[in-house]
Amino acid sequence: MLHAILSDKTVRLTALALLALAAAGLMLPAWVVNNMMFGLARGAAVLGLLVLWRTGLMSFGHGLYFGLGAYAVALSEHWLGLSDFALRILAAILVAVVAGFALGFILRRYRDIFFAMLSLAFSMVLYGILVKTEALGSTDGFSVSQTTFLGWAPEGKQVLFTAIITVCLALAVLVQMYLRSTLGRLTTAIRDNEIRVEYLGYSVARAIHIKYVISAALAGGAGGMMAMALGQVDPDSMVYWTVSGELVFITIMAGPGSVLAPFIGAIIFEFLRTYAFEIAPHAWQLIVGGTLLLIIFFLPGGIWSLLERIPFFRRLRHD
Amino acid sequence: MTDVPILSVKDLQKSFGAVTAAKDINVDIPAGQVVGVIGANGAGKTTFVNMVTGYLKPSGGTIRFRGRDITGIAPRLAVHQGLTRSFQVSQVFMTLSVRQNLLSALALARRKGGALLRPIAGPELLAECDAIMARYGLTDVAEHEASALSQGSRKLLDIAMAVVSGPRMLLLDEPTSGVAAEEKFAIMDTVMSALKASGTTVLFIEHDMEIVERYVDRVLAFFSGEVICDAPPARALIDPKVRELVIGDTRAPTAPTAATGQAEAAYA
Repeated sequence: MLHAILSDKTVRLTALALLALAAAGLMLPAWVVNNMMFGLARGAAVLGLLVLWRTGLMSFGHGLYFGLGAYAVALSEHWLGLSDFALRILAAILVAVVAGFALGFILRRYRDIFFAMLSLAFSMVLYGILVKTEALGSTDGFSVSQTTFLGWAPEGKQVLFTAIITVCLALAVLVQMYLRSTLGRLTTAIRDNEIRVEYLGYSVARAIHIKYVISAALAGGAGGMMAMALGQVDPDSMVYWTVSGELVFITIMAGPGSVLAPFIGAIIFEFLRTYAFEIAPHAWQLIVGGTLLLIIFFLPGGIWSLLERIPFFRRLRHD
Repeated sequence: MTDVPILSVKDLQKSFGAVTAAKDINVDIPAGQVVGVIGANGAGKTTFVNMVTGYLKPSGGTIRFRGRDITGIAPRLAVHQGLTRSFQVSQVFMTLSVRQNLLSALALARRKGGALLRPIAGPELLAECDAIMARYGLTDVAEHEASALSQGSRKLLDIAMAVVSGPRMLLLDEPTSGVAAEEKFAIMDTVMSALKASGTTVLFIEHDMEIVERYVDRVLAFFSGEVICDAPPARALIDPKVRELVIGDTRAPTAPTAATGQAEAAYA
């Protein structure tokens, strides 16, 4: 297994890219590191959407799991006093997995726009519950205190940044190994022909359910990381439909070509939004939306397809 | 061939609202037999195959396969029992290459324990894949995307994918439909020799009577959802009702050919 991981070129490239990012973080200003943390966190959620997209499914409501992960971090602190990074991540993923597993029984029966919109409906149910429930922080949400590492509370954000990079790398490696497995390869097979998969003796509903839970786990972990990076959770910034929309936006912008693509796409998105807001505070959405239009028109395979014009990146797809 | 039926269908019925697509179908098929299903469009042939393979739930009746009741079973569970099928329109993974299609099928067929989580292309699987491609004449197009294949090659791929699980019985829905006339016999020769070698029971729907005459041991002729004739081809193809209602030819039949004579002997 370890040999398979270490010999995978995509894994090596992802490790190299994220290690370079960690090293760069030591020299970059705090606001840039912050933006990259937000980008990495969103990238992990987009990685989950990539798993679904390769199966021909798109969720318009992954803000549900992103929010559940974020609130798991906040509430585990308020109710249980948890501040440890690893425990917070585990709590975020666990809550998302439980919810994804339960809702997966319903969603695995739907395809196309029905799957997408049902996902959105579930996310807005959670939004409604959070906004109306005082015990869950209502519209104000909760603040999230500094994250600790085995009892150590480091100053600044460098350690948290490195920890987030480590988690993102681990998630990317796991997803890459999954996509290379028989079960993972079913992503394309299911998108192409569900009937044939059934007549090969495997349940399409079960395969989709597994993929949905994996994508929920990734979005949950992502929400947990975002809560720690931002230091605040509230319904509007973690669960509202625009959060899900941003994740879909980044998925299209990044392209489905590689597990590294979501992180590249998400970091570019964070900086695009920051600069767009600085240039045009009242019309920044125009710049962001225009960029997406340009990508759809000229790069339908996303930013990753641009890299695939280089033979090395193109070969990665077939390794 | 044994006398114990591998497939036993009793009083099978299917209605779509007021339309009856299958009416009291009773068929026993012994293991190893090759059965041809003929009938005009809308006669109930595909409905019959769809019900047997779990694609459609019957409105009534029972289907037993190897002694087990499989009436209304899910397709994947029918496959687990050893019963699989191909479709009139080839059901392959269009964006994958021929090799990837077969590897996917093989990996699913050979899965055990945590095998689903291991990489798809192990050396044994690759060797088996090469052997199947050679058997079905697909080696030259191994790296071609399924969408780029000719109808004939796509049909062969579809059938090859269906048989990788080593089924006891295979149902083929018009294996030569949409295929150029000169390719039909080549495809059937390839498929039938591979299936005979593995002792697979075969039931196929076919409109081409030359193919029926040459390859089958027994004919089931359908009309208006009913089996109107169940006989070896030498008899079925000269049956006046079959000639009128299925073949659409009321002229006096010619003498049976050597091929139908062999089939008659096999059926007897």
